[in-house]
Amino acid sequence: MPRVTSLEDLHKLRAQVRDEVTQRYDVGTTVVVGMGTCGIAAGARETLLTLNDELAKREMNANVTIDGCIGKCQFEPIVTIHRAGESPVMYGHVTADKVPELVDKLAQGQVIQEWVVT
Amino acid sequence: MAIKPRTTVLLCSSTGCAASHSKPVYEAMTAELQRRGMENEVRVVTGGCRGFCSMGPVMDIYPGGIFYCRVKPADVAEIVEESLVKGRVIDRLCYKDPVSKKIIPIFEQIPFYARQQRIVLRNCGRINPRRIEEYIAFGGYEALAHALLAMKPEEIIRDVKASGLRGRGGAGYATGRKWESTYKAQGDIKYVVVNGDEGDPGAFMDRSIMEADPHSVLEGLTIGAFTIGAHEGYIYVRDEYPLAVQNLNIALQQAREYGFLGKNILGTGFDFDVKIVRGAGAFVCGESSALMQSLEGKVGEPRPKHVHATDQGLFDRPTCLNNVKTWATIPHIVNNGPEWFRKMGTKGSPGTMVFSLVGKINNTGLVEVPMGITLRDLIYKIGGGLPKGRKFKAVQTGGPSGGCIPAELLDLPVDFDRLAEAGSMMGSGGMVIMDDRTCMVDIARYFLEFLKEESCGKCSPCREGIKRMLEILNRISSGQGEMEDVEMLESLARTVQVASLCGLGKSAPNPVLSTLRYFRAEYEQHITDKFCPAGACRELIAYRIVAEKCKGCMLCIKACPREAVSGTLKQPHTIDQVKCIQCGACFEACRLDAIQVVPKSAVGGNGNGHGAGEAVKEKVA
Repeated sequence: MPRVTSLEDLHKLRAQVRDEVTQRYDVGTTVVVGMGTCGIAAGARETLLTLNDELAKREMNANVTIDGCIGKCQFEPIVTIHRAGESPVMYGHVTADKVPELVDKLAQGQVIQEWVVT
Repeated sequence: MAIKPRTTVLLCSSTGCAASHSKPVYEAMTAELQRRGMENEVRVVTGGCRGFCSMGPVMDIYPGGIFYCRVKPADVAEIVEESLVKGRVIDRLCYKDPVSKKIIPIFEQIPFYARQQRIVLRNCGRINPRRIEEYIAFGGYEALAHALLAMKPEEIIRDVKASGLRGRGGAGYATGRKWESTYKAQGDIKYVVVNGDEGDPGAFMDRSIMEADPHSVLEGLTIGAFTIGAHEGYIYVRDEYPLAVQNLNIALQQAREYGFLGKNILGTGFDFDVKIVRGAGAFVCGESSALMQSLEGKVGEPRPKHVHATDQGLFDRPTCLNNVKTWATIPHIVNNGPEWFRKMGTKGSPGTMVFSLVGKINNTGLVEVPMGITLRDLIYKIGGGLPKGRKFKAVQTGGPSGGCIPAELLDLPVDFDRLAEAGSMMGSGGMVIMDDRTCMVDIARYFLEFLKEESCGKCSPCREGIKRMLEILNRISSGQGEMEDVEMLESLARTVQVASLCGLGKSAPNPVLSTLRYFRAEYEQHITDKFCPAGACRELIAYRIVAEKCKGCMLCIKACPREAVSGTLKQPHTIDQVKCIQCGACFEACRLDAIQVVPKSAVGGNGNGHGAGEAVKEKVA
């Protein structure tokens, strides 16, 4: 274990371990995957796991959570993005293969209009 | 497979929840996740005390903060399936508001938490206390770095003084002034000491902090050591707190590895290390001078305080001793500044205070609130009121050295000075709530019994005075009391208060004096009527079934451990007074208020008052 010998060391160490606890508070961005039976049947679990990987790969500060069926079953897998100060955006038919694009656009702060469920 | 877990499950594993079997829940959870191949997806963290001990074992699921209460191993498969896989909330495991009957799934929205202001308890239940990394991730050791690298001791003292922080151990002495005296004291060897000898019945604030956030205590202590110029520190903790000792030891080890303790801390050249000393559980060792004697390996007895510990304390060296909560508050003051601290609480008692709510209260547990909150808010809004809708009678604050505060004073703001005015004290924050089934004579007797055992015996006012007071109370509660006894009690109490050597003795009569002050009529009832209306002094009471109210449901018959209640279904039951031991089980079981507490003299013969003499009957009416 490296000894902490300066304020920079402490801050570096904190940045390293920060990831472990970010889920325990609101980081500003939350991505919600619908995991009702309809969602799971449409492949939401794969979406969820890929999403998690992609976010981690890009070191993005976002929490991933899940919820149940919201009644728009024909659009599953549904992914909703909540960003602080903005109204939530709901995307439909987000299968695992579409996730990298979604995360790219999320990182750039853009909305993919054609995927949006209204 | 995911690289990074997407969900964190925090399971309380402190003493309270461990007692309600949180370990099997943890094991079931890890096994179930493994079975489903989800062990890399979900991180299970054993956290410290969340404070909601009556609801234990408690579990939080993040992100989102779903809060599950009283989780059993059998619930685990459902939690994984529904909440971790499908994202549904399981209603039956959520907290249900006893008043509105509404289900509240999110931790922050539960009234018990929503009305708290958690500063010292901030990390309790949020981090794994056995991993220094989690403490650091939440900003830990930032205050230490700031203090050591950017502040001079005088500046730290100035800030602590300006914050108005008062010792959280009970007496409420200004912490900044204590630090200043130790800083200015002559001598090259100085000590800092953590008083973790929490001895009040029903108090567990310090234990929970040492268990759930040990690094906050260490960080505060190290800042204190740097400030006053100490290189050695001691944590005096009761041996009855094995988990606290364990977690503190782990914390010390990890802090040393990272260089927050030991030689050349943070590269500043400052050396400091800490030893943990386990106390044998003597109440008097919570008194500072007795604690230091005990630390030196001597018999734990107080000494007169004309020379302050800040000049000659441990091993006759200048010593700065503070309570666990005081030390744990320091990093917050260093980080946020004294003005921030002053904004909370009252003028004379700034900041927050941690209380343990116990006794006849719905939400048993640990709470942190700003000073100055009223007892009513604390007991009803946060504590959720009394179980079974019983009537509030009194609250005992400050442990055995505190006093009982009656219902008339429920709107009293809680701070050091106001509680003292009411004849009680803040103490370290224990609050025992009592209902109308609690007898105040009996309570005074209970605390004196405790204090009699715990008096060290060094000075006679405490050693003899408490014993004599207890004898009088025993007489009164067994029906042998005379009116002169009350005066004798008062006079003895005043003597013990003035003439005792240490704080323990001086405050020992508080339970008697405060109950006499607010519940004198109850004492007199015990003496003149030979009756205990609360039904606690068994020798003075009997239970009787009111035939008109009894519907013959047989609940009391089932409840009685002595088969003293008899009767048949739908016929009024009767109590055999010869067999009855006045345990009150029937009274608690009856849903129709058909069982009455009456003076022992009111029942005779067949046990339902029918054989009693006319005079006695009149007294009952």
